Amino acid sequence: MAADDEPLIDEDAGRLVRPYTVSNGRTAPTRRLDLMSLVASTGRVGQSDLTPEYARTLRLCKGPTSVAEVAAHLRLPAAVTKVLLSDLVDAGAVAAQAPRPAADPSDRRLLEILLDGLQRRL
Amino acid sequence: MAYSDGSDPFPTAVKVLVAGGFGVGKTTFIGSASEIEPLSTEELITAASAGHDDLHGVEDKTTTTVAFDFGRITMDPSHVLYLFGTPGQDRFWFMWEELSNGALGAVVLADPRRLQDCFSAVDFFEHRRIPFLVAVNEFDGAYRYTAEEVRSALKLGAGTPVLTCDARVARSATETLIALVRHLIAVPASP
Repeated sequence: MAADDEPLIDEDAGRLVRPYTVSNGRTAPTRRLDLMSLVASTGRVGQSDLTPEYARTLRLCKGPTSVAEVAAHLRLPAAVTKVLLSDLVDAGAVAAQAPRPAADPSDRRLLEILLDGLQRRL
Repeated sequence: MAYSDGSDPFPTAVKVLVAGGFGVGKTTFIGSASEIEPLSTEELITAASAGHDDLHGVEDKTTTTVAFDFGRITMDPSHVLYLFGTPGQDRFWFMWEELSNGALGAVVLADPRRLQDCFSAVDFFEHRRIPFLVAVNEFDGAYRYTAEEVRSALKLGAGTPVLTCDARVARSATETLIALVRHLIAVPASP
């Protein structure tokens, strides 16, 4: 059995982790979150009330931030990050975006906003 | 906080995929277009987690993960565009399922030296009716194909745009995204 910090076995894949060690053995998030779900601190729970892993997670979502970004900064797999974020939501420390229907590719108004936003970057 | 009344303070996040063969320049493209340094995160690969989040049953196993890159472009205070790079190796194709879920469209990057490497990406988006364009990433000195040659080689439909880009250049990557959005505006809604 590989150790926790065993380096890459398959260079195309990521590192090997024991995901449950940072999520206190929790195996499933209590909230439905996907990579694009946005989360934000509510400001109602202080970092000093949290264990370091949760405090780090909370610090990463001061403003609306995607689950993917939080995971990237935590250097944890997205699935583990979702468990941590769900716990913070349950504790009232983090608000999660209500699930929304996927963006409609035929939503003309949305597409015009994207077009304008991208053209401003040229 | 409850948002059942529709008062959702969060911006709308939309997603565009950047796909193509391994080493074609997806991360470079994302970095050029993104307002942040491209980030990388990992999704778990286990029989238990493929396709859903439940880690149940993996407590006693060491689990391997697949990394993917992404970037972000803020359009306005209420709209954020995320660019997600698909894992380049075909054996991670199942990751594309979650990544493509809800995607507005896709940029398929093609390497002119290895056009065939983007076949699987083209197939994937055609099969799922996700609008896409093909951007040939023109490396210095690479043989230049005409758009029609690329279209023919990849057996693309007449409606799929083919253009060239330089993934290293911010303006070029942004112009490629603009072409994709114009394509989305032009194509009729999927039946």
